[in-house]
Amino acid sequence: MNDLRRPTGYLFALLGFILLVYGLLTPEARAPLDAGVNVNLWCGLTMLIFGGVLLWLSYRAKL
Amino acid sequence: MRYNAAGRNRRLTLRPIDYASLAIYFLFVLGIGWLAKRRISSSEDFLTSRHSVPVWITSLAFIAANLGAQEMIGMCASGAKYGIMTAQFYWLGAVPAMLFVGLFMMPFYYGSRARSVPEYLKLRFDEKTRGLNAITFAVMTIFSSGISMYALGLLFELVLGWSFTQSVLLSAAIVLVYTLLGGLTSAIYNEVVQFFLIVLGFAPLSILAVARAGGWDGLKAHLPPVMLHTWKYAAHANQNPMGVDAFVLVAGLGFVLSFGYWCTNFLVVQRAMAADSMAGARQTPLVAAFPKIFMPFVVILPGIAAVALMKMSGGGYQLPMKAGGGANYDLVLTTLMAKFYPSGMLGIGLTALMASFMSGMAGNVTAFNTVFTYDIYQSYIRKHAPDSHYLWVGRVTTVAGVVLSIACAYLATAFNNIMDFLQLVFAFVNAPLFATFLLGMFWKRTTSHGAFWGLLTGLIGGGLTLGLTVAEGKGGWISPAYHFSSAMAQNFWIAIIAWCVCLVVTIAVTLVTKPKPESELHNLVYGVTDIPHEADAPWYKRPGPLAVVVIVVLVIVNLIYW
Repeated sequence: MNDLRRPTGYLFALLGFILLVYGLLTPEARAPLDAGVNVNLWCGLTMLIFGGVLLWLSYRAKL
Repeated sequence: MRYNAAGRNRRLTLRPIDYASLAIYFLFVLGIGWLAKRRISSSEDFLTSRHSVPVWITSLAFIAANLGAQEMIGMCASGAKYGIMTAQFYWLGAVPAMLFVGLFMMPFYYGSRARSVPEYLKLRFDEKTRGLNAITFAVMTIFSSGISMYALGLLFELVLGWSFTQSVLLSAAIVLVYTLLGGLTSAIYNEVVQFFLIVLGFAPLSILAVARAGGWDGLKAHLPPVMLHTWKYAAHANQNPMGVDAFVLVAGLGFVLSFGYWCTNFLVVQRAMAADSMAGARQTPLVAAFPKIFMPFVVILPGIAAVALMKMSGGGYQLPMKAGGGANYDLVLTTLMAKFYPSGMLGIGLTALMASFMSGMAGNVTAFNTVFTYDIYQSYIRKHAPDSHYLWVGRVTTVAGVVLSIACAYLATAFNNIMDFLQLVFAFVNAPLFATFLLGMFWKRTTSHGAFWGLLTGLIGGGLTLGLTVAEGKGGWISPAYHFSSAMAQNFWIAIIAWCVCLVVTIAVTLVTKPKPESELHNLVYGVTDIPHEADAPWYKRPGPLAVVVIVVLVIVNLIYW
């Protein structure tokens, strides 16, 4: 394993993707104080983007 | 997210999606261990990573090893208890010491080619100084790891309804497997992932809680000003909730305790020593200082917002209470998660908590196995065995470390008072050591006898101070001769006294004993070591300019939250 960015990128992309899809499918999943924000959707998206950036950095370095 | 009826609302209910995140994470850390395993062919690969880890990874591991679950829960609790003054544990109690170790101490640690902090003491001083440090460190690591395992087991029992035994054994088994497979490399790599998970899992909680409380203006409107300033009320012990005055805060926390921890605790120093070059080792704590400065916004702020929510009409949040009355601050973090995270994100939050626990425990285990194998086994039990034998011992010690930690966790359930007492002792164990290092690294006259007796009397001095003083009902087991305004003030004063005793005794003994010849001190002491200058590297890779940037950022956050 030479580049930790790659497995880490896959992990966060996967966790983010699952959370994002869950947020889209069950918009009614809410916490008592979330003020109408779809927490799963936004956190999932953030993690997906973070994972994607790590993967992009890792694959770019290989070229 | 549902709530159990009638006052059991501290319980979190997990759905399958939450378990899925946890399971994916567990598989991932094991996978990292398996990938790291391919690199291991010698005891040094296993125990020290043989100077092979890139600097961005060592930097994040450097702070993640310290971000245990107790730290996460404790910092959120302190945020609710003391307000933003808690950030002093980061801005005053960590960052300056991190700059110091990177700028001034790493050239000797890394340059000496020692494999551990006790081994440096052996090279610089002698066998007995190493022995004293190695044994206290090994004992302390095991108990710390056991105590944090105990805290995690209790918490999960309380908020998730998981059995204490199951959560302790499961988490310990996973840490054991990945540290056993990939050694220090796998622990460090996983710490980086754990760091990201902690930030991504807890930052949304901070944002949601502060937004709900009405942002910074909302916090100002609902909280007493003393909770929103780091320095303004620090002058007198009776003006701030920590019960400490500025002198004790700066001398105790900002100098003795923080330098003792960040500069001499092998648990963190080991991460920097694993870096792939001297330059990398020096950059490690400096680069780590940037995320460290901003961690309070992730780990402390939710606790502060929780108090504001409680005081707001319609805030919808109550501080969890203890059975006998009084707020149970240790549950602030998990009750906030229950209020702000729906199933899905709740799983990520819990995974982050589990990750923080694992990073802390793996840190302890990987530091313990190195110190035991090289500084105890190879020094006192079997000296000249082939390396494959030490690799085997390292692996056995890893298993033994985990098993002993579990035993301590169970010991803690039976003897709560002993564990309380040990935590008070561990709080000052590193304090005198920093005096030893300061003199040892920067004054070549310092003798081995001076170092040993200074260290020993420093520890005894700290113990006596604990025995003669009382704060919040703790300490004073010899005689309650003096009362401190708070446990924190007591802790800081004990550290200051232990440090001073060590400093004075080391100097006194040094002056009447014979120093080592200079020829034996190359790469160990200031003045007989070539300090690398790296003048041809770009500015952001040079320690000096990096440190200046850290200081500027540090001053700015201190001014903002003055």
